[in-house]
Formats: sequence, C-alpha cells, structure tokens
Amino acid sequence: MDRPIRVLVAKPGLDGHDRGAKVIARSLRDAGMEVIYTGLRQTPEQIVAAAIQEDVDVVALSILSGAHNHLFPKVVNLLREEGVDDMLIIGGGVIPEDDIGFLIESGIEAVFTPGTPTKDVVEFIRKNLKG
Amino acid sequence: MNIEEKILRGDKRTCARLITMLESNDKEAIDIIKGHYKSTGNAYVIGITGPPGAGKSTLTDKLAKELLKQNKKIGIIAIDPTSPFSGGAILGDRIRMNDLSLNKNVFIRSMGTRGSLGGMSNATWGATKILDIFGYDYIFIETVGVGQSEVDIVKTADTVLMVMVPNLGDDIQAIKAGIMEIADVFAINKSDLDGADKTKVEVEMNLDLNEAMDYRPPVIKVSASKNEDIDILMEKLMEHRSYLEETNQLEENRVRNNKLELLKMVEEDLMTLILDRAVKDDLLDKLARDITLKEMDPYTAKETIIGLIKKSP
Repeated sequence: MDRPIRVLVAKPGLDGHDRGAKVIARSLRDAGMEVIYTGLRQTPEQIVAAAIQEDVDVVALSILSGAHNHLFPKVVNLLREEGVDDMLIIGGGVIPEDDIGFLIESGIEAVFTPGTPTKDVVEFIRKNLKG
Repeated sequence: MNIEEKILRGDKRTCARLITMLESNDKEAIDIIKGHYKSTGNAYVIGITGPPGAGKSTLTDKLAKELLKQNKKIGIIAIDPTSPFSGGAILGDRIRMNDLSLNKNVFIRSMGTRGSLGGMSNATWGATKILDIFGYDYIFIETVGVGQSEVDIVKTADTVLMVMVPNLGDDIQAIKAGIMEIADVFAINKSDLDGADKTKVEVEMNLDLNEAMDYRPPVIKVSASKNEDIDILMEKLMEHRSYLEETNQLEENRVRNNKLELLKMVEEDLMTLILDRAVKDDLLDKLARDITLKEMDPYTAKETIIGLIKKSP
C-alpha cells in the first residue's frame, strides 16, 4: 500500500480505562499508520459510523469490561449490514481464553490479550489487510 | 448503483472513499471533481485555527450543532499532525465530536498533515470540493494546533475563526505578524478562566492599530465546553459571511485563493517530477554528500537538479 494504513481504535461500551488502547494507538502510529482514536464509551453504532466516514482499513476494538461477547459481534454485524467487507476487524483487552473461539467465529479476525508484544499487532495488521 | 447515483444520494461511504483516493492523488477521484466542478461553490467554508489545546474541536462540535438547528448539512475536516519520523499520526479530534457521528446530516473526516507544513494537508482543498459535491452546506476545517505562522487555512476558508485562550503569552504576542493577521473572527475560549478579559483587550488593542477597515474582526468570549455564547459567535461568523457576499469580496477572495491553490498544485507536481528523477538515481543522496564533503557547493547542486527538469521533454 502506497499510503498510510488507517486504523480506527475504539472502545465500545461502558469502560473507563483506555491506557491499553492508547499504547496500541501509539505503537501503530510509530509503525507509520494513521490512527483515529474515538475515545471512551462508544456505542457500536458510533464506531461503525466513524469507521465508514474515516474509510479505515482496520477497526481495532478494545474492551476491559467483560462485555466483549456482546459488543464485538455487534460491531461486526453492523458493519456487514452497511455492506462493509473490506475492513480488518481485530479486538483486544482482558478477554478469557474460552471466549476467543466464539469471537473469531463472530468475525473478529484476531484477539490480542494482555502481554502481547505491540509488534505482533503491527505485523498481524500488515499481513492481513483486505483492501 | 453506480457512483453518480451514490453521489446524488449522498452516500457517506462513497464520499469517504473518494477522499481516501484523493489523498493518494488517485485519478478516478480527480475525475469526479473535474466532472462535478461546475456544481461546486455552494458550500461555505469556515476555517478554525488556534494553538494546541485551545478547544478547536470542542468549539467545532458546538458550532456544528448550532447550524444543525437550521437544518444545514455539515462537513467537518479535522487535521492533526503526521509524524515526520514514522509517517504515522494520531488523529484524535473526533473524541470531542462523538455525538455528531450518527447525525445523518454530518460527515466528519480526520486527516494527517502528511508532510505539509502550513497547518493543513495537501488534500484538504480537494476534500472540501468532494464534500461540496456531496451537498454539504457548511464545511468546517479544523487545522492542526498552530504556532505563529501556519496560515494556509486562509487559502481554503471563506471565513477564518481564530480560537485563543487566556494566559498563553503577553501582549507582544498579539502584535506579532502571522497568524494574528488572518483571522476574520476571534474567539477567546475558556472564558471562565482568569485572564480572558485581558486577552480580549490585547487582541482588541492590536486591532485598533490596523488601518481603517470596512470590516473589523469581532472578538468574542466563549466557553465551548460549557456551551456558552456559541450562538453569539455563530452570529458573528454569519455577519462576516454577509459582509463578504454583499461587498462581492467573497468572489474576489475565492479568486485569490484559487490562484494560490493552483500554484501549490503545480508546485507539488513539479516537485514530484524533479524528485522522481533525482531520487531514482540516488542523485539527491550523492549531492547531499558532495555538499557536506565540500566537493560541490549547494548552488551548483541545485542547478544540477533543475537542469534535469529543463532537459526533459
């Protein structure tokens, strides 16, 4: 790609902590990507509207509240309803091992849990872009 | 549905994709602008500039909501700096505008400066044209947080709003050249802070020193986060618009701006042309080394590069 990769970093739901999201945003920035950060407490509808208007290549969702099984698939489904099939959707946060299979089935293409080196996220994005 | 139908329906995805393509100088996006250029010019462009943290995004959010009450369609282009080292960027202006995201009459786009130094990105002008084609009545351009000399906004906006905050410097700052000269309206944001009145007086005193003018930029104290006096500020922005329209100054300004934009576009293409050749053969690196080692002086090096263009067909 001869332009910067555009990534939306979003925090769905009621969750007041975004240190992890900011660390990821900063790492992606340092990897040469344009990171649109939406801030805390976003509804899936707001995230989808932002992803479309910003025409991002990647939607990166971060969640620490435990509501991932509900909110992550909702974002995926809303994007599909809008006919979006060319964005890579990934997730991260405090997510139990047992839930990851379900999230992957729901259309989240990778789930990164605490301790993941940020360069793994960068590499995954670069290798799995859809556009 | 073909692209023309999507444009007619104001499809946001199409609009967003065209801006992406334009940022990469994609021919298809340029052709769309060419094809629709005759129908542009209806959108009124308001530039919002000021130092980092002055409250530009929050104020843009509030001004947009003021115009939504009048059933207007609002496009917002929010620019943040691109890293000169990695080429990456954190675009964080949307954080202050989140509840506008879902409004069907609002389109918000964040852009990185991608190497442009004047407080905007090279594709900003084109992005305003695309929003214009998609029927947005007002377009807000929020520049990067500026210092003293990033004045490019004046070339793209019809009205420039300078957002200031109290206590950033003494009264000498107000009489310096540069950014203080391009404002059509001043907003002193965070008006609840001590020093807001003093900042207002300093700006007013500086305006007193200007030669007599038909239009004197108003200076309005507001609090964006508390949503105070936003309606007064909006009124002043509209007064400036009326002034420009009634005196035919709007068209004159647009002629001046288009001239500057045209020059910039030519300059960019020429630079690409020159650098393509110079970089291709590692000429640029070689010359830089020669200059450093004093094997060549910088002026001869420059002439070597310019010579490449003159020789070309």
